[in-house]
Amino acid sequence: MTAPAEKPRLSREHMLDLLKQMIRIRRFEDKCYELYTQEKIRGFMHLYDGEEAVAVGIIPLLEKRDRIVATYREHGQALVRGVPMTTVMAEMYGKQEGCSHGRGGSMHLFDQATNFYGGNAIVGGGLPLSIGLALADHIQRSDIVTTCFFGDGAVAEGEFHESMNLAALWGLPVLFVCENNLYAMGTALAISESETNIQQKAACYRMASEAVDGMDVIAVEAAGRRAIHAVRESGKPYFLECRTYRFRAHSMFDAQLYRDKAEVDAWRKKGPIMHLQGWLQANQMIHPEDVPHMEADIDAEIAEAIAFAEAGTWEPVEQLTRFTYAESIFPANR
Amino acid sequence: MQQATTQSGIIDTSYREAVREAIRDAIKRDERVFLMGEDIGRYGGCYAVTKGLLAELGPERIRDTPLSESGFTGAGIGAAMAGMRPIVELMTVNFSLLALDQILNTAATVRHMSGNQCGVPLVIRMATGAGRQLAAQHSHSLEGWYAHIPGLKVLTPATLEDARGMLWTALEDPDPVLIFENVMLYNMTGKLATDAGPVGIDKAAVRRTGRDISLITYGGSLWKTIEAATALAAQGIEAEVIDLRSLRPLDDATIMTSVTKTRRAVIVDEGWRSGSLAAEVGMRIVEQAFWALDAPIGRVCSEEVPIPYPSHLESAAIPQTPKIVAAVKAALGRP
Repeated sequence: MTAPAEKPRLSREHMLDLLKQMIRIRRFEDKCYELYTQEKIRGFMHLYDGEEAVAVGIIPLLEKRDRIVATYREHGQALVRGVPMTTVMAEMYGKQEGCSHGRGGSMHLFDQATNFYGGNAIVGGGLPLSIGLALADHIQRSDIVTTCFFGDGAVAEGEFHESMNLAALWGLPVLFVCENNLYAMGTALAISESETNIQQKAACYRMASEAVDGMDVIAVEAAGRRAIHAVRESGKPYFLECRTYRFRAHSMFDAQLYRDKAEVDAWRKKGPIMHLQGWLQANQMIHPEDVPHMEADIDAEIAEAIAFAEAGTWEPVEQLTRFTYAESIFPANR
Repeated sequence: MQQATTQSGIIDTSYREAVREAIRDAIKRDERVFLMGEDIGRYGGCYAVTKGLLAELGPERIRDTPLSESGFTGAGIGAAMAGMRPIVELMTVNFSLLALDQILNTAATVRHMSGNQCGVPLVIRMATGAGRQLAAQHSHSLEGWYAHIPGLKVLTPATLEDARGMLWTALEDPDPVLIFENVMLYNMTGKLATDAGPVGIDKAAVRRTGRDISLITYGGSLWKTIEAATALAAQGIEAEVIDLRSLRPLDDATIMTSVTKTRRAVIVDEGWRSGSLAAEVGMRIVEQAFWALDAPIGRVCSEEVPIPYPSHLESAAIPQTPKIVAAVKAALGRP
């Protein structure tokens, strides 16, 4: 376990909280997988399994006024940010009680109350958006930090490079968090990048950067604290690469022909939850009943979320064309 | 404005100056408004629309960008979502294709997929159209294409009043508005009231009244269509000319009122014929005013060819007055 460089918070209470938040995402998504097989959840669904330490390490460090832009693999980010599990689950069901009124689904979780700007399902598409949010804050001289999550696949997109350049050129308060899980869908990093050390790309834009073991929540938290502090104090961007791994398939339609089961198994042994739990046990900071207690709390919350989603209602078809414009400018079916 | 006042309350101006004044006025009126785009500041704008504005308004309000169309269009979207009222200038519609992901996948969808939590009050301006011998990559007319997209509004100012007045109204709109300025109009001069200001953007305008046929057009083709109507009047044919002004939403009521009166229609559209805005307008007439028609609907569109460089071929590729006159005569069964 990496020792945090500053303000180490290794209290039992804090460590158990980190553990619980990761388990909360994992169990929520395990249930989502089950609900998908029951056809309660449809469409594309991308699970965060294995990458939980990234969201859990970074998002709690943000202030309420800060902004988050995420990808289509964003259930974890939304839950850690405080979007209620009930409305997240209802969104995945497509019910109008969902956090995006049911119009978005798994890939488009939005929540204005927590400045959670999606849920962007075009790889790299959220990056320019984060530049604009930060530009508005820069012009208005605020100290808000915009954190933009994206994967290693996005690094191959032009929008990544345009956004990195704009953020550095204009001095915008963006924390770029690259969740490098080594695969863009099924294309390995080495097959898509001439330079596989993603962190190094920040140097081309004269941007401060750091790479961290994304399977180690304490290391991510320490790096996140340094990064957010740097962005807030300087108003300038910062690039944080979190080296992680996705245990499950890319989406529910992925047969995983592109990687060996042995590779997945090896990474599973480094999983963020096992890793922290093992470390806590080795340091006698966890009691045998702690995890079962957490799991009971979480399972109760999940049961409540499912009940909420099940009880949710389908939006009437008569309202189909709503939310296309602020006011409807088209008569129905026109 | 810097133009000479020729009489009280009326000035001689140009389309270019009218757009510039609209930008200046918007930025002075509302501290949330700023303009960003390529070569708008130090260069003065590719078509000199923004000449002088950087010195007057400063680099925070007139923001030069790198050649990153997707990046700065997305930046406009994000800034709009965070409370600003940005104007993004994409130089020309040709380069807007590099920002299409942000325009279509983000600007047009965010309100919907967020369940109405996030709106994008952004204005995107760009030049459009052929006529300057700029060849196949710099002569597109894709405004009709953008009008296909739910979530966007599409404006085509053709007059000095609209060049001056549409921008502010678009900025007040809570949703993304695209403004297409035809390149052949920038040098157009004329009279404009000194107190010209915001105009409505939701109605088409009848630019010439007539009883015999409805000519439905927009943007740069408006003036060719009016010229055709004048020539036809000399031959006893009175054409009504409708300037659509907004391609999305379309003002069906004004179109149908006119067609129901004249019982004939020709649509003039600089977009390519196949899958064009003209096809959409024509089909709406069929749906809503079929029984009023006395003749098949005619169309004058661009030919199905990338725009060629030589002047004579370029002219032949896009709508011209003689073609409009011929289409009207065909619709009327006149020699």
